[in-house]
Amino acid sequence: MAQFLEALINGISLGSLYAIIALGYSMVYGIAKMLNFAHGDVIMVGGYIVFIVLNNMGMPAALAIPAAMLVCVALGITIEGLAYRPLRQATSLAVLITAIGVSYFLQNAAQLIWGANPRFFTIMNYGNIPVSLGKDQFNISVGKLCSVGVSVVIMLGLSFFTGKTKMGKSMRAVSEDRGAAELMGINVNRTIALTFAIGSALAGVAGAMLVGVYGVQLSPTTGAMPGIKAFTAAVFGGIGSIPGAMIGGILIGVIEILVGTFISTDLKDALTFAVLIIMLVVKPTGLLGKPIREKV
Amino acid sequence: MSLLSVQDLHVFYGNIHAIKGISFDVSEGEIVTLIGANGAGKSTTLNTVCGLLHARSGSINFNGEDITRLKASSMTARGMVLCPEGRRIFQQMTVRENLEMGGFTRPKGEIAASLERVYKQFPRLKEREKQVAGTLSGGEQQMLAMGRALMSRPKLIMLDEPSMGLAPILVEQIFEIIHSLHENGSTILLVEQNAQMALSVADRAYVLETGRITMTGPAEDLLHDDAVRKAYLGE
Ligand SMILES: Nc1ncnc2c1ncn2[C@@H]1O[C@H](COP(=O)(O)OP(=O)(O)OP(=O)(O)O)[C@@H](O)[C@H]1O
Ligand SMILES: [Mg+2]
Repeated sequence: MAQFLEALINGISLGSLYAIIALGYSMVYGIAKMLNFAHGDVIMVGGYIVFIVLNNMGMPAALAIPAAMLVCVALGITIEGLAYRPLRQATSLAVLITAIGVSYFLQNAAQLIWGANPRFFTIMNYGNIPVSLGKDQFNISVGKLCSVGVSVVIMLGLSFFTGKTKMGKSMRAVSEDRGAAELMGINVNRTIALTFAIGSALAGVAGAMLVGVYGVQLSPTTGAMPGIKAFTAAVFGGIGSIPGAMIGGILIGVIEILVGTFISTDLKDALTFAVLIIMLVVKPTGLLGKPIREKV
Repeated sequence: MSLLSVQDLHVFYGNIHAIKGISFDVSEGEIVTLIGANGAGKSTTLNTVCGLLHARSGSINFNGEDITRLKASSMTARGMVLCPEGRRIFQQMTVRENLEMGGFTRPKGEIAASLERVYKQFPRLKEREKQVAGTLSGGEQQMLAMGRALMSRPKLIMLDEPSMGLAPILVEQIFEIIHSLHENGSTILLVEQNAQMALSVADRAYVLETGRITMTGPAEDLLHDDAVRKAYLGE
């Protein structure tokens, strides 16, 4: 029982990290109508920035995280402007291939700058909360608990932003009908750039959590796997939906840890994706996704 | 001087020459209608004027400014708005949010008064304020599209087939609204397949046939013209 509870809590916490990444995928997909394959690699860059600022420069985390976010935002806006904007009228396949290209570009650039050797990060110890359940005992890491809190705050913040602010509403308008949004006087390019900025800022936070809280070793391909998992989470929850990304992220995290703990570590990725496939067969729009209406 | 003046406009879709050198103008306070059969190029003309499409050659002047190369998102702030074919309201947003988007370029302090005006013109929209727009009836959706366009306080409002797909009684209602907008001083460029209704409400008309203007004159005269009656009024 204690083992199950511990796995569940770890799953929720890992899931909340996936949720933050999934929110980035989902918002960009919802508004720019493209799959930003390079999102995971922006996370990797964020991870390196945190590493450099914390480890090499010896600055506090309170500085490292905003630094990572800033660099990621700049990177995200640059990628959008240079690689994706010229393809606004192109087929979605051309855009996807470009995004894969950007992904490899970032991985190779990281290797050039920081080398291919993985860097190990001494996880910051934020302390543990001991929990006893009968005669069983386990610890809940404060860092992981905080990451759950952070992702909830981010989700609520984004829901408020898209639901209540003028900028956020204009993003929804662009998401629904780009041409009609333009007719309202909304600058579509600027709106899409803003979406990338938000998604990339989240990638920066995720990068910091990945290396700082989860102790993932840092290498140029670090972002790929969490990226794919989070994308799975976004699809699972219904791509384009903010609460969907959150729920999808948590579910994928929980499934992954439970399978890893009780069935087999080797199978955890395979089973996670199997669950996604079943989901897509049963409900193609994901848990909270809205059916896409064909225009007549 | 005219508010909108289009000179020798040519528009292409790839190799398809959709608009073949048309010229027309709209003066302040007028309702001008562009009538023509399916595929004549009416929507293409409006979309080009408002910047969603761009002309290969020719010029478009609005309010004393050359706007030929400007993009659509900069037109609303200049006082021109298109209420597009098929309405294209934001289906997943509420009625009120749709209207707010219509006022996107206007100062924040003005929105409440603009909403008030639109609700006065379309009381039905006020009742449905919080409803998601996709669940409105066809007629209500058309009212929302027109209300949304009015939120930007346009000098020129362009309507692309506002009566499309509506029951006759609703068509009457929409044209009454167009008439009342006109009485309140709005300048309107109206595109319609329903030539009978369009000609009865308009001051002047242009007949568009496969990308060319073949006839023009006071709407009253065209309404009684034999050729027009035969081709467009089903006689
Ligand atoms: N996106 C497009 N690509 C290629 N050709 C197009 C496109 N849109 C319109 N056309 C062509 O341009 C011509 C004019 O079309 P347009 O939509 O302007 O006609 P319309 O007068 O508005 O017709 P309707 O009354 O059916 O709305 C038509 O021959 C049409 O087939
Ligand atoms: Mg048309």
